Amino acid sequence: MKKVYVNEDWCLGCHLCEFTCAAANSGAPDMIKAFAGGKKPVARIQIEEGDKINFAVQCRHCDAHPCVKGCIAGALSVQDGVIVCDEEKCVGCYTCVLSCPYGAIVIDEAGHKIRKCDLCTRNSHGEPACVKACPNNAIVFEER
Amino acid sequence: MNYVIIGNSAAAVGTIEGIRQIDKTGKITVISDEKYHTYSRPLISYWLMGKVTDKNIYYRGADFYEKNGVETRFDTRVTKIDPAAKNVVLADGSTVPYDKLMVATGSKPFVPPMNGMEKIASCHTFMSYDSVKAIKAEVKPGMKVLIIGAGLIGLKAAEALNEYKADITVVDMADRILPSILDVRAGSIMKKHIESKGTKFILGTSVDEFSEHSAKLKNGATVDFDMVIIAVGVRPNTELVSEAGGKVERGIICDLTQKTTIDDVYAAGDCTVSHDASSDTDRILALLPNAYMQGEVAGRNMAGAETKYENAIPMNAIGFFGLHIITAGSYDGEEYVEEHGNNYKKLVFKDGLLKGFILMGDVKRAGIYTSMIKERIDLSDVDMDMLKERPQMMMFSKARREEKLGGIKR
Repeated sequence: MKKVYVNEDWCLGCHLCEFTCAAANSGAPDMIKAFAGGKKPVARIQIEEGDKINFAVQCRHCDAHPCVKGCIAGALSVQDGVIVCDEEKCVGCYTCVLSCPYGAIVIDEAGHKIRKCDLCTRNSHGEPACVKACPNNAIVFEER
Repeated sequence: MNYVIIGNSAAAVGTIEGIRQIDKTGKITVISDEKYHTYSRPLISYWLMGKVTDKNIYYRGADFYEKNGVETRFDTRVTKIDPAAKNVVLADGSTVPYDKLMVATGSKPFVPPMNGMEKIASCHTFMSYDSVKAIKAEVKPGMKVLIIGAGLIGLKAAEALNEYKADITVVDMADRILPSILDVRAGSIMKKHIESKGTKFILGTSVDEFSEHSAKLKNGATVDFDMVIIAVGVRPNTELVSEAGGKVERGIICDLTQKTTIDDVYAAGDCTVSHDASSDTDRILALLPNAYMQGEVAGRNMAGAETKYENAIPMNAIGFFGLHIITAGSYDGEEYVEEHGNNYKKLVFKDGLLKGFILMGDVKRAGIYTSMIKERIDLSDVDMDMLKERPQMMMFSKARREEKLGGIKR
């Protein structure tokens, strides 16, 4: 299955992927409207910045998926290999945050829910928006 | 193959999904003494406080049994397992034969004998959908509620009843709250937080005697109430297995395949004893993720695969009145502690490994710590300053990051 991978030697730490991800999943038609009026939509990809290297982390859609197995609400499931969250069912207990070995599940404090990468399968982009947004080709969407 | 599952919660669902990973056609029968489609037990407090609807309390979709070819027998109690005849006996005396049996009977509320209990006008436990339905039918704004037990269940009940503007008092014999997951300091921060929302605590004492609407405590105080909720703990439902000759200690004893000491009989979830890999001790890990994963492993083995359940550790993610806690592992070792307001962090190290942690308030990315405990990551390969700062992949070696994030298999 194609997944998003990050090359930490190429990542500039510019955070464009985060802004693009947040906008893509906000339901707004573009970046300007997504952030208009001080709105802070949540990104499902997170940059870690270091002295020399930077990289982005998002859901690995891993085979073990402890988040799905541990979800107390039955909100997380695997659909055609993609781990998705039914945000209506999520109660914000954060058992998935406790379980994810990559720290890839994001807390939306305003919504008292979790948000996670679904490879843009359920928004209007259809393909991972972070990949298209990366100016240095540090994020790729491929089979490994 | 003919599979029978006693129970219908997380461990049972894990068993069904585990069996179906291997065996798509064998017959599966679920027998449950409750009358509901599988629902999430930890969601009952959310349901009571109105955060979860009748529809969303269900743990799997409405078509779950049909999709998995499961026959259900709800509102039906199993009274006996007969391993020689390989059947289970139901309350009406009829029998159901099995080739492989799963005992996923969970636990029941522990109600210690207390003087005058029979006089209490309204006494409840907090364990099942029916128990919260009964509470909801009675609760009114301003109602005085006495909760016995300041553990996870008692405080989740307090949080839910606070939504009804109930006047809540929690009494516990221990001198602190949530002792199963928090240390003294974190417990005291959480206690202040819950008190600030209106719930009162009377700790270090217990009930001397109940009357219809009040409780006299051993410290001399009297608490008036309209309703009592008993939440002092749970006991595993082990009788079916012990009476059938299976080994039971604090819970049902299983091997790493989740098989009990009786041939073709498996068990999973809160009724079983698990091996805690963080402290290398055997204990009951009454946690939904543990129940599901044990069930899944059992189901696979029942269907003929060879799968082991390893690296179980105590772990909890829970919040009270908006303050979140994530904890995992065990707390015997060298401590690193940070505290800022309601944010509390404790990391426990021993033998060159991260053994346990408590995060309260800021719980972001806690699973990175959890994975270090489970995978026994050697701390000599980890940047300790980064580890203490926050959970982050940056603390690991480039090689581990490539493996974890880059899809590089080693």
